[in-house]
Amino acid sequence: MEAVSKLDVEAIRADFPILQRRIGDKPLAYLDSAATSQKPVQVVDAMRRFTDHSNANISRSVHTLGAEATEAYEGARARVAAFIGAPSADEVVFTKNSTEAINLLAYAFQNAALDPHADPRFRLAPGDEIVVTEMEHHANLIPWQQLALRTGATLKWIGITDHGRLDLEAVPEVITERTKLVSFTHVANLLGTVNPTSQITARAREVGALVGLDASQSVPHIPVNVADLGVDFIAFTGHKMLGPTGIGVLWAKADLLDAMPPFLTGGSMIKTVTMEKTTFAEAPAKFEAGTPPIAEAVGLAAAVDYLDALGMENVRAHEKELAGYMLERLESVDGLTVIGPRVPIGRGATVSFTFADIHPHDVGQILDAEGIAVRVGHHCAKPTCDRFGVNATTRASGYVYNTHEEIDRLVAALAQVRKVFG
Amino acid sequence: MDLDELYQEVILDHYKRPRGAGLREPYEGESHQVNPTCGDEITLRVHVKGDRVADVSYENVGCSISKASASVLYELVHDTTVDDALARLAEFTELMNSKGQSDGDEETLEDAVAFAGVSKYPMRVKCALLGWMAFKDALVRAEAETGGSRP
Ligand SMILES: Cc1ncc(COP(=O)(O)O)c(C=O)c1O
Repeated sequence: MEAVSKLDVEAIRADFPILQRRIGDKPLAYLDSAATSQKPVQVVDAMRRFTDHSNANISRSVHTLGAEATEAYEGARARVAAFIGAPSADEVVFTKNSTEAINLLAYAFQNAALDPHADPRFRLAPGDEIVVTEMEHHANLIPWQQLALRTGATLKWIGITDHGRLDLEAVPEVITERTKLVSFTHVANLLGTVNPTSQITARAREVGALVGLDASQSVPHIPVNVADLGVDFIAFTGHKMLGPTGIGVLWAKADLLDAMPPFLTGGSMIKTVTMEKTTFAEAPAKFEAGTPPIAEAVGLAAAVDYLDALGMENVRAHEKELAGYMLERLESVDGLTVIGPRVPIGRGATVSFTFADIHPHDVGQILDAEGIAVRVGHHCAKPTCDRFGVNATTRASGYVYNTHEEIDRLVAALAQVRKVFG
Repeated sequence: MDLDELYQEVILDHYKRPRGAGLREPYEGESHQVNPTCGDEITLRVHVKGDRVADVSYENVGCSISKASASVLYELVHDTTVDDALARLAEFTELMNSKGQSDGDEETLEDAVAFAGVSKYPMRVKCALLGWMAFKDALVRAEAETGGSRP
């Protein structure tokens, strides 16, 4: 492996109290960050400071706390915008998670379909096409299935090669003049594949389709710059990037947010209201009905600060190195088959595998007894499982705090699994 | 964590040598159950003859707990009265919901008492119950099929 970790992993680990935990009498080896990451003290402290010191509702009160809370919340928005290279903080909409961000977008299309005056880019009708891929998390599949069902549009997808990559050769065929939206995952949560985006965005531009990216597994792990990517929307989620649960982000270009009908309606998203009629606030407020997750936004900003201090290029290099080690060690285990790319190129440190014909539930249970936390199951990506003819996989996923020693423990524990079920 | 408690010999034995596996004819009720969190599946058929469960047959994919549980279910309920089968269903469900507080009655539950340890693992209780859910559902369907003629 030429990539060398540029992270001081021991120093990082000291910021994560949970990593000191023991499971029974074994030290915890947390290899499930693709499901949710752990939080450093900096994030928890920032949320606690806000709650203890400045807690109030935002944009509603003239008192000092209200002003501080508003400043903290809007400051978090600006912080997140800068992190992803968004030209304006107003392009960042806070949501509950990625799932809600993607639904917000899907419902913009659905609501536009019901409104003859809506922006034509968002108006879907029978004959129009929506394109996804076969490697989506259900969060970036089911909203589009539902939208197609309700508007009469057709859902199409780009397939997966045997090596766990997108079948890019099919792109010109799948994305056509009828395509109005292409929404695809940047990094696949089951396979670990990092998808190249330029070919898809170029084809989408050619046919005049909008492009959305499910960045849930990319923003935490690799540098993401929305201007460089040249996409129209991205969605990501706080809890996978060292931040708290309960907060996610939809980023969209300003003119698109302007054109999109709101998803949830109610307080905080209006300009004027009478008993008959309402006009909406400008984005992002238009999409943030009700009291938002304020302390969570503060926590997310602290997580972004933490990642920025590490440097996302360093995070990527660390994980590339970790991925290489995981693949090398796991593939040395007899009977283990990696599902997804088998070389540490164009992939992250998320590795799914099957092990002989031992069910992943059983694998996960024995690993847990050794203190090793992995995810087992279909990982909310059933079509990917079907593509590879498996019902479920075991998935180990690494992040900034993971070490070679933890991978070694995983491999050793697999021998234990073999002993019980072999 | 005490793995031996979860993966008792009896459970591993039923897992490695499942009793009564395979789908058979005739049958009056069939049920397909899926565990949405892990994708485990079972298709289970019930053949009812008068007031007896003449046969239970099944095909499943899943973990050791869910497969062993289906095997134990077969042993307990095939060739018994429907009433006895329902009583075992109730007992086993109660054992699984006991959060480790019950040992189960070996007189009636036989090998199924080996699952007592599973009840401490909330993530695995669903695995253990999957086949039993299918059995309950298939029995209802069988009764509907045969016009619920059972006294
Ligand atoms: C690729 C991908 N998209 C979407 C999601 C959904 O994230 P959340 O559950 O936070 O909405 C996940 C996380 O599980 C994911 O991995």
